[in-house]
Amino acid sequence: MVSPAHFVALSVILFVIGAVGVLARRNAIIIFMCVELMLNAVNLAFVAFARLHGNLNGQVIAFFVMVIAAAEVVVGLAILTSIFRARKSASVDDANLLKY
Amino acid sequence: MTGSVAGAPSAAAMTTVAAIGVQRAAWLLLVFPLAGAIILLLGGKRTNSWGHLLGVAMPVASFVYGVIAFFAMLSYPASQRSRDLHLYSWIPVAGFKVNIGLLLDPLSICFVLLITGVGSLIHIFAVGYMANDPERRRFFGYMNLFLAAMLLLVLADNYLALYAGWEGVGLASYLLIGFWQFKPAAATAAKKAFIANRVGDAGLSLAIMLMFAQFGTVTFTGVFGAVHGASKGVVTALGLLLLLGACGKSAQLPLQSWLLDAMEGPTPVSALIHAATMVTAGVYLIVRSNPIFNLSADARLAVAIVGAATLLFGAIIGCAKDDIKKALAGSTMSQIGYMMLAAGLGPAGYAFAIAHLLAHGFFKAGLFLGAGSVKHEMDDEVDMRRFGGLRKVMPITYVTFGFGYLAIIGIPPFSGFFTKDPIIEAAFDKGGTSGAILGTAALIGAGLTAFYMTRVMFMTFFGERRWDDKVHPHEAPSVMTSPMVVLAIGSLCAGGFLIIDNRLVNFLAPVVGSPPTSHGFVTPVSGGALALVIVGAAIAWAMYGRREVPVTAPAGSPLTVAARKELYGNAINESLLMRPGQWLTRLSVYFDNRGVDGLVNTLAATLGGTSGRVRRIENGFVRSYALLMFLGAALLVGALLLVRI
Repeated sequence: MVSPAHFVALSVILFVIGAVGVLARRNAIIIFMCVELMLNAVNLAFVAFARLHGNLNGQVIAFFVMVIAAAEVVVGLAILTSIFRARKSASVDDANLLKY
Repeated sequence: MTGSVAGAPSAAAMTTVAAIGVQRAAWLLLVFPLAGAIILLLGGKRTNSWGHLLGVAMPVASFVYGVIAFFAMLSYPASQRSRDLHLYSWIPVAGFKVNIGLLLDPLSICFVLLITGVGSLIHIFAVGYMANDPERRRFFGYMNLFLAAMLLLVLADNYLALYAGWEGVGLASYLLIGFWQFKPAAATAAKKAFIANRVGDAGLSLAIMLMFAQFGTVTFTGVFGAVHGASKGVVTALGLLLLLGACGKSAQLPLQSWLLDAMEGPTPVSALIHAATMVTAGVYLIVRSNPIFNLSADARLAVAIVGAATLLFGAIIGCAKDDIKKALAGSTMSQIGYMMLAAGLGPAGYAFAIAHLLAHGFFKAGLFLGAGSVKHEMDDEVDMRRFGGLRKVMPITYVTFGFGYLAIIGIPPFSGFFTKDPIIEAAFDKGGTSGAILGTAALIGAGLTAFYMTRVMFMTFFGERRWDDKVHPHEAPSVMTSPMVVLAIGSLCAGGFLIIDNRLVNFLAPVVGSPPTSHGFVTPVSGGALALVIVGAAIAWAMYGRREVPVTAPAGSPLTVAARKELYGNAINESLLMRPGQWLTRLSVYFDNRGVDGLVNTLAATLGGTSGRVRRIENGFVRSYALLMFLGAALLVGALLLVRI
């Protein structure tokens, strides 16, 4: 029997993997994918709780998150493309001019 | 016809009628010198070649008109000689209305004739005296401004317009005393005169505010009509405030210190300040405000005491100064002291104060022009110990200066005898202890006057020559000597003309009232005064005429030393006012730098330092931002959980 606790545990595992990926990896594409992983981990938790409480609020929010993620990817990839054109590198550590 | 009648039936209540006929053009008196000043000061170098001629023509034109207006006044009956000429509404605010108007009455016309007449002569003298000065045009512009301001002062029909002229005189004196502003001493003297005058001006402006607060008007007719209904305290306060104003302009104790330093100005300026304008303004203010002083015996006594103290103070200073101009300046203080003393005696003395003022205008202008002539020929040397024997090389200057000398010490039939003795008489007539003290002071002053003027005379014109070989004095050009001759004739005749038959007394009676008693000319007091004069002159002759005058000043007695230092007037000002003022400013500056600025600066430095460190967090690495965001989010979640529990 799969209990809500299993869903939440999976969601936490996915979120942590995504978070570590965001913090540890330098390649912007990978970081993007890790961000997606974190978002989807949260989606999983929302849907699981929606099921648990028997209403649709969590499922609706999951849709919202998906829409926002799609928009974010569009903008993010556009920025990434132009940075890559300028610097021939997709490493986020190379784009560090905007600072104190 | 807008004849306004002041309320009270006293003799001092002021009645004026509207000006008619030739007097309707009285504004010309002001416009001539003012136009001269404007053209010369704004015209710049273009007017250099003829500027001095215009500068002389304008006061002369004013004088000619003044004489015409004077004779027009004489043709009116005595009760209708005060004529008011409304010019325009200056401040027409509800509840506060100030009109600019001119008041032609016997008192103001006396001043008009003195200012424009003696002023014109001084202007003519200055043409020669300033001939070699590249800034002569500017000088004449300032001189005309001086006359215009002084004429506004004496012609105004309300205190506010008088105050405008009063301030104009202060400005013009500042510009003229500091005319050679490249000399630090002259610049300092100008500043000193201005600041000392500001103290007096504060008194006058407070008096005007008090008048407005109490009576709701500042016109002479309004104030003098309402003053009878005012409380005793208000009247005395008004009198004392006006006295403070008069002390500033007339260089009376305790605001006397600027007058001697003012000798830094060119000599025609000294003559103008001392004879025709400026120092006479204080006497004018007191005499003009006679309805106020008539009502307050305390204020009158204060005026008389200030006058008596200053006449001795100035005379003592005059006895010790070796600088001819400063000796004469001391004598001016002393003579103005006589006038203030007379003005402080009330109706018994007002007319005599004016008589002495007019006579003094002649002989003091003559003396100063004589001193200027000597200075001019001696290459700007003013130390009398380096003069001597000048009567042979400068005979005209010697004779005209001598006339002024005989007039000031009061030898009959010269002016001073006629105008000074009535003041001494009136002081004794006051009666009581105060009368005796004031009269004695005036008598002693007469003896001191004789001493210091004889000393000036002997040191300058008699004895052996003590000047250097490279100085070649000779008589001044006629443009300088002719005004001196006219003034010398005035020194001879003015006093007798004014006093004999009570001419001036009767002329001024509608404005200032008349003295209760009239003495003859041969009285015990005048005999005593004459005896003291002869004693004073004899002592001076014994000290400076019979003996040779040393070129360097001897050490002298403690009194001489004190008098040379102007009786420590400057030291007192410095220790009582200047040094505490400096400490106060230093303290304020310290508090401002350390306290106010320190607080602000410390705060700014702390903020700046902190932000300089904090901004290091913004290192440009996206991942470090992400880590911070995670930590922040974790902190938030932790906090929320903590609150739930």
